[in-house]
Amino acid sequence: MGSNIAGLMDFVLNNRRIQLPQCRPQTTLLEWLRSNGLTGSKEGCAEGECGACTVLLVRPHGTGSKYVPVNSCLLFLPTLAGQEVLTIEALNENKQLAEAQFAMAEAGGSQCGYCTPGFVMSLFAEQYRPGRAGPCDPHSMGGNLCRCTGYRPIRDAALSLGPAPDDSFRGRLSSPAPSMIPVSYTSIEGRLERPGDLAQCTTFLKKYPDAKILAGATDLAVESNLAYKRWPVLMSIDAVAELQVFQDAADHVEIGAGLPLSEIEFLWEHAPLVAREWLPLFASILIRNRATLGGNLGTASPIGDAAPMLLALDAELKLGGANGIRRVKLQDFFLGYRKTQLEPGELIVSIIIPKPFPNQARFYKVAKRRMDDISTVAACFAVNFDADGRIAQARLAYGGVAAVPIRVTEAEQSLLGKRWDELAVKQAQAIIASELKPLSDHRGSSAYRLAMAQTLLKKFWCER
Amino acid sequence: MKSAGQPMAHESAGGHVTGSALYTDDLLSRFPGVLHAWPVMSPFAYAAVLTIDTAPALAVAGVVATLTSSDVPGEGDTGPNRHDEPLFPTEVLFHSQPVMWVLGESLEAARLGTAAVLVRYEERTPLVSIESAIQADSFHSPPLRLSRGDRASALAQSAHRLKGEIHIGGQEHFYLETQAAIAWLDESGGVALHSSTQHPSETQEIVARVLGVAKHQVTVECLRMGGAFGGKEVQANTWAAVAALGAQKTGRPVSVRLPRRLDMMLTGKRHPFLTKFEVGFAADGKLEALHLALYADAGWSLDLSEPIVWRAMFHADNCYFLPAVDITGYVVKTHKTSQTAFRGFGGPQGMLVIEDILDRIARTLQLPPELVRQRNFYVEGQTTHYGQTVKDASRIERIWNELKSTSNFVARQQQVAEFNEQNEHHKRGIAITPVKFGISFTATLFNQAGATILIYRDGSVQVNHGGTEMGQGLQTKILQIAADGLGVELGAIRIMPTSTGKVPNTSATAASSGTDLNGAAVLDACAKLRAVLAPVAASMLNCLPDEVHFEQGIVLAAQQKATFAEVVEAAYRQRLPLFASGFYKTPEIHYDPKTGQGHPFYYYAYGAAVAEVEVDGFTGDMRTLRVDILEDAGNSISPIVDRGQIEGGFIQGAGWLTLEELVWDAKGRLATNGASTYKLPSWMELPEVFNVGILERAAEPGVVLGSKAVGEPPLMLALSVREAIRGAIAAFGDGGIVELDSPATPERIYFACSKARGQAEDA
Ligand SMILES: Cc1cc2nc3c(=O)[nH]c(=O)nc-3n(C[C@H](O)[C@H](O)[C@H](O)COP(=O)(O)OP(=O)(O)OC[C@H]3O[C@@H](n4cnc5c(N)ncnc54)[C@H](O)[C@@H]3O)c2cc1C
Ligand code: FES
Ligand code: FES
Repeated sequence: MGSNIAGLMDFVLNNRRIQLPQCRPQTTLLEWLRSNGLTGSKEGCAEGECGACTVLLVRPHGTGSKYVPVNSCLLFLPTLAGQEVLTIEALNENKQLAEAQFAMAEAGGSQCGYCTPGFVMSLFAEQYRPGRAGPCDPHSMGGNLCRCTGYRPIRDAALSLGPAPDDSFRGRLSSPAPSMIPVSYTSIEGRLERPGDLAQCTTFLKKYPDAKILAGATDLAVESNLAYKRWPVLMSIDAVAELQVFQDAADHVEIGAGLPLSEIEFLWEHAPLVAREWLPLFASILIRNRATLGGNLGTASPIGDAAPMLLALDAELKLGGANGIRRVKLQDFFLGYRKTQLEPGELIVSIIIPKPFPNQARFYKVAKRRMDDISTVAACFAVNFDADGRIAQARLAYGGVAAVPIRVTEAEQSLLGKRWDELAVKQAQAIIASELKPLSDHRGSSAYRLAMAQTLLKKFWCER
Repeated sequence: MKSAGQPMAHESAGGHVTGSALYTDDLLSRFPGVLHAWPVMSPFAYAAVLTIDTAPALAVAGVVATLTSSDVPGEGDTGPNRHDEPLFPTEVLFHSQPVMWVLGESLEAARLGTAAVLVRYEERTPLVSIESAIQADSFHSPPLRLSRGDRASALAQSAHRLKGEIHIGGQEHFYLETQAAIAWLDESGGVALHSSTQHPSETQEIVARVLGVAKHQVTVECLRMGGAFGGKEVQANTWAAVAALGAQKTGRPVSVRLPRRLDMMLTGKRHPFLTKFEVGFAADGKLEALHLALYADAGWSLDLSEPIVWRAMFHADNCYFLPAVDITGYVVKTHKTSQTAFRGFGGPQGMLVIEDILDRIARTLQLPPELVRQRNFYVEGQTTHYGQTVKDASRIERIWNELKSTSNFVARQQQVAEFNEQNEHHKRGIAITPVKFGISFTATLFNQAGATILIYRDGSVQVNHGGTEMGQGLQTKILQIAADGLGVELGAIRIMPTSTGKVPNTSATAASSGTDLNGAAVLDACAKLRAVLAPVAASMLNCLPDEVHFEQGIVLAAQQKATFAEVVEAAYRQRLPLFASGFYKTPEIHYDPKTGQGHPFYYYAYGAAVAEVEVDGFTGDMRTLRVDILEDAGNSISPIVDRGQIEGGFIQGAGWLTLEELVWDAKGRLATNGASTYKLPSWMELPEVFNVGILERAAEPGVVLGSKAVGEPPLMLALSVREAIRGAIAAFGDGGIVELDSPATPERIYFACSKARGQAEDA
């Protein structure tokens, strides 16, 4: 494997080189696979929720590689230029079932079978995950939905899988993965550009101010598939090293805006509790393998989960444009509903979280489903105490309760100088009620959202 | 060794895990020149369609044709019974209803074509909520009525009475494979279709109706479905009809596949219900009188709503004897999707109500809910409110006691109480609930099935029958049944895709009856073929025909044996027919829809479940900690399949009762129209401990190989989760009545907890 090194305008699919076709740049890998007879990958939703379309990317891991399961319904075909992809069809090319396939079949893990290829791909990637020990972690299938089985046999299949066998798939992981090469893809239906560094990015953006910045595409591809949004020019930031930085320094942590969340999870060894509880609540593993902080903040969505945490941690953003880099407090970044401080031609380069981290900080997410759901309310609270044990600083940040992610500054003020006790919580809760006027929608009523904004603070206090 | 009874993986498991098992939409690349269809959808839930100008669509690149009423050679209506579902409506009755279709070289082209079509509507005020429709006297049919005894005087004489109202939400099927059909003109002048349908014969009928041709011109085939759950029992027909119409108009193959969002916006769901009750009961918790009104939100067309409401009424007793009862069922017409069959078919809603009521009774009398339930169980010899004797009624108690002991119910109840003592903000609940579910189509005539078996000279076999595979494991069971029926190895048999060209006039694969009906028909055909082969074998092995034994491809008699293939070849040389058809109709059943009285079910499937949950009082968040199930599946033909149905049905039921919430906005638009807004259970909803047992010594005489239907009944076991949640909520207060609409979302749980806490403080 890996012998077929892909070039600029092709990619390696199941160990064969494939020329990128002339197509709409927003054609998804899933659409292309299915219309080319590779129908093992299924479309269950076209919005990254069901995982029936799961495929594997071969991505760098140290000096070798790893299999990264992703939603093929959210991958724009030209972004695969130079990349290496495995679909379900590759797993038993030599007519022998992979262990994940065998385990799923044996355990009764398939009923209608429509979700099955996706589960198999997730489990396969988990089994071959470098450095993994013991049975496979069922959390690896958090991005896959099954309507038939009720999951018990699938969980059993996962738990029955031990170390990856010594086969060509494992062999592939010891050689390097393809690097992210710059791309310039044009077809009659549009253009996709992937500059190689930040300077090229900002130059490109200056020339094409309307170019749509494309990171993990977990928001954009959904807009494309479901709302049929079409962008004449897309600019992918995947090959920009400056947006992939991760640095855990003495007085701050800097996280590249283009780093997928699972990379952050992997790289941030000494992440504080609040970040560790936040990460698994953010989407599913398949989405986290692509989704970025830049994308989450760039949408300025009022229900994005990164903002509340980063607000509570008092983060700053580095914004880059033709005139260089400027720094903005996240708190000042959101201007209004889906409006930010970003000037035309600017992009988010990195996120900087100051250290030391707060004395106490927790992240809470209220949603209909506990995992992989969009927040009805997200809250992140951080408090610091003075030598006396009184509250010296408090940051209470929310998503889902206003047009932008916000901090309730008056309630924060009310806490300062007080003892961290039930009375202080009660007073702050009363102020929160006057500060927030949440909306009602299908995720929750205004009354529930407000109640959550209040009781989560109490929960934070109780769990101190 | 017999094949039946052996645990075997799904017969297509190998295809599933490799991605090589094909579904309707996977076949597209086999149809060069296939056109894609996209509907023009109404932006209103209720409107008159004044004019349609299709010309601009035809100017869009890649658009090939439009489909409007003028293209219909037959009758442009796909309503299965009452012809009330116009394909090209002049009056829009639900939001996003298709008013016409555009065919394009690509889906994108077709969609852009629809965007160019100019439609003028006259908007009207839709009836969105069930209450508004009741107020406006908007019903599909007159009320359905079922009663026994003198409810009014029994109520008046009861020592205790309670009244209440429960809103029950619907449920999106969310079969992973959305609706899909491909139609093409076949080589001999007919129309052929691949359709993801539970009911190929009805799909054939509707296609023939729309095209204005006889049914023999139309062949419908279903390879397999990526899930259906009732959602493709009648609602696959429309898409097949559009595809067929398009193929007929253009001469090219046409594919109709609804992407998820369209599927959710256009197809029906489990019926939301509004229920009102008044119940009278004795001091020991025994039910004395029940007055029940069930309002089913049927949506814009009739569909199967009447039998669904009937089944809700039939199952409002669950396992409990109702001495005096009066139930009225209303089929309410709203401007929403046309709600349809969904696993349980009304049964779940009916049973939810009685379980809710029994818990209220228990809390009123301060008795343990499980005691009140048990006191009301049917005993042998009692009849239901529709006049059917409850066969094997004692099984309810047997299952109940066995499960209570294996689940360690009493001790755990104590632990739950202790946990609740010690925790202010988190409370646990544990509940046990039973299920009795009637098996058979309530419409007697559907309880029939056919099969055709073909044996080839090499001893290999093709089995055809009328049932469809949707993941429920029907083909796995049929394979096992046929292998034993003919005495061959599993590998000798090929189960063929379901086709109207092989077995005519089939019933839907529904009502959990797929194996009962089709399995019996297959067995009948096998018996006929053995009757042909046995004398041939007897003469080869020098014995009497009834001494011949067929097993696993070997034909045995005394000390001698031959292979199945040798016997088959000998039969061929003797010029004997090596194919046979089989037929089955369920005996004994009958019922009169006018009075609601009769014997609608051949038998009952029983079960019970214990669920333990924990509720977070801060947020209303809920976790299911442990579930124990004991299900009566008769002699299981395929234990892995049956366990899969039990577990899958349970989790699906729990989804319906907890996180799956359908929300329509005031304009009648479905606000939860995608996987990001409508949440299915994920693996994290799987209880940490999940014990499933199948009742021993439970063969069901008269049913194929002593088995029992298992598709639907386990769904209702999930009511134990709902009751456990109500128990946990009660623990936040003083243990009084908990009012909780369904689904029990965190928001509803949170406010119910607040109310319970408030009541306790007031008290
Ligand atoms: C199934 C599913 C589950 C999800 N669950 C969650 C969840 O639990 N919580 C949550 O918060 N979100 C969730 N999301 C939304 C989404 O995954 C996140 O918002 C994600 O962080 C977006 O990142 P991306 O890299 O994919 O962005 P993209 O889709 O590539 O881009 C999103 C937007 O940001 C802009 N953008 C991207 N990068 C930059 C940059 N560097 N500078 C400026 N602008 C930029 C783009 O132009 C675009 O407008 C979910 C999405 C899906 C599909
Ligand atoms: S199709 Fe559902 S996640 Fe891609
Ligand atoms: S087996 Fe049908 S969705 Fe998983």
